[in-house]
Amino acid sequence: MAFETVIGLEVHAQLSTRSKIFCACSTAFGAPPNANACPVCTGMPGVLPVLNRKAVECTIRTALATSCTVQRRSVFARKNYFYPDLPKAYQISQYELPVALGGHVDIEVDGGTKRIGITRIHMEEDAGKLVHEGEFAGAQASLADLNRCSVPLMEIVSEPDMRTPEEGGAYLRRLHDILVYLGVCDGNMEEGSFRCDANVSVRPVGQVAFGTKAELKNMNSFRNVEKALEYEIRRQVELIEDGGKVVQETRLWDANAGVTVSMRRKEEAHDYRYFPDPDLLPLIVDESWVEELRGTIPEMPAEKIARLARQYGIPRYDAGILASTRALADFFEASAAIYGGNPKTTANECVHWKDAVLAGTLSPETIAHAVEDRERGTISATASKTLVELVLSTGKPFRTLRDEQGLTQVSDTSSLDILVDKVLAASPKEVEGYRAGKAGLLSFFVGQVMKESRGKANPKMVQEVLKKRLG
Amino acid sequence: MAITREEVLHVARLARLSLPEAEAERLREQLSAILDYVKQLDRLDTRDVVPTSHAIETGTPFRDDVVRPFGDREALLANAPDRLNDCFRVPRIIED
Repeated sequence: MAFETVIGLEVHAQLSTRSKIFCACSTAFGAPPNANACPVCTGMPGVLPVLNRKAVECTIRTALATSCTVQRRSVFARKNYFYPDLPKAYQISQYELPVALGGHVDIEVDGGTKRIGITRIHMEEDAGKLVHEGEFAGAQASLADLNRCSVPLMEIVSEPDMRTPEEGGAYLRRLHDILVYLGVCDGNMEEGSFRCDANVSVRPVGQVAFGTKAELKNMNSFRNVEKALEYEIRRQVELIEDGGKVVQETRLWDANAGVTVSMRRKEEAHDYRYFPDPDLLPLIVDESWVEELRGTIPEMPAEKIARLARQYGIPRYDAGILASTRALADFFEASAAIYGGNPKTTANECVHWKDAVLAGTLSPETIAHAVEDRERGTISATASKTLVELVLSTGKPFRTLRDEQGLTQVSDTSSLDILVDKVLAASPKEVEGYRAGKAGLLSFFVGQVMKESRGKANPKMVQEVLKKRLG
Repeated sequence: MAITREEVLHVARLARLSLPEAEAERLREQLSAILDYVKQLDRLDTRDVVPTSHAIETGTPFRDDVVRPFGDREALLANAPDRLNDCFRVPRIIED
């Protein structure tokens, strides 16, 4: 029997705010335990939450960038459960009335575009962190650090529109790019700023009803999400083929073992008894605020890829690499503005030096000068690479180094003539061979002249001079 | 509107309350009485009434995104029954 996979993804993204969602504690990562906690986020009696405007703006901007409809009125609800990382015994979230509904993200698959629906986006607070005491299975206690409690999150829920792990990965990467482009999330997966849970089920091809789904958690990289989906799909298909039944459950991805493991929980653990939080009035977002924020939405990755390809005449593939990071695309455009030339060369250079570009250690001038000097034949490709490395290690300008190092190519024919004569005089046999029809020997002569010039001769000019002399 | 014993025990479990037999029955009666009292509202036609979640119809106020450290970790930890250094120490959670 052939099966079809159905995947829906839930992304939790930490919003780029300085302070928490309902109190003025810092959201900085890596602070000493409980240094970023206060009576509000630790759930002391008598305190009141006050909503962070910036967190709302980040969420609305995400909604606009994913074509969602921003709701004029949304409501914060309490999700009740006991766990020591949650001192209030409830998480403030949104339930029946989230801040945004009904959008989409377009992904690129198999050379085409596929539209993945977004069901909803809602705001909520993060929980604290538990560290288990000691390394032993017999540890008696856990240690709670509440620094993350009330760090602002938005949850972005997709429609079950993905059919393969690759589509899941493509959607996640695209969504990640959008959030980072907007500056609403730093996108750091290791620090948990961008987390993903997956709902996955399989059904016989042609069946309309969804199969029973499993929820996958604990995947902290794009690659792990794809691998976990691949494993889980295989597991479900094999289970059904063996006459078994998929049960609805939460499963944890074990990256080391490469398997998903059932995380058994009592049935009632999911009885969250949501109700509107009486401490927080409804969130009212008026149209003028939405329009003001619409004006702050930058060009999104998909638009940028299309524009770079069109405007600079570079392949879509190259445009995609450049646009994968906003800073890299900006750098490319800045370089291309300084020296137009062939933008494909500039694009290649930007990708080649990507790490340095993103680390901020290269300037657009350096790449523009490197490309210009190469295209004008002033320096060789090898010299260009050497010089950029020297810029990185010394911090001196590219052209200062070029002149200091004497790496300009010899392009004037009179000095090339001397070198060519010398080489030809030293290799009479090869000259004879070439004249007898062994055209392949030309590269031998070019190599000899290059060696003689210690790499400074312009290879194209050398060829021309050689052909003239030998012809 | 009668509430069953099972429902009482379920709600108690969710709230992490342990109920002796006698108390479960007493609470069942009391909760049933409360629900019956509230049930009088069902006599009203509320088909076109939006549920009231808050008594006043204004939006929530906002704060600016500015950090103001609380600065008294000791005061927070002082309320905890157990601690280790600067962490709250809690009974080990068994996941399975």
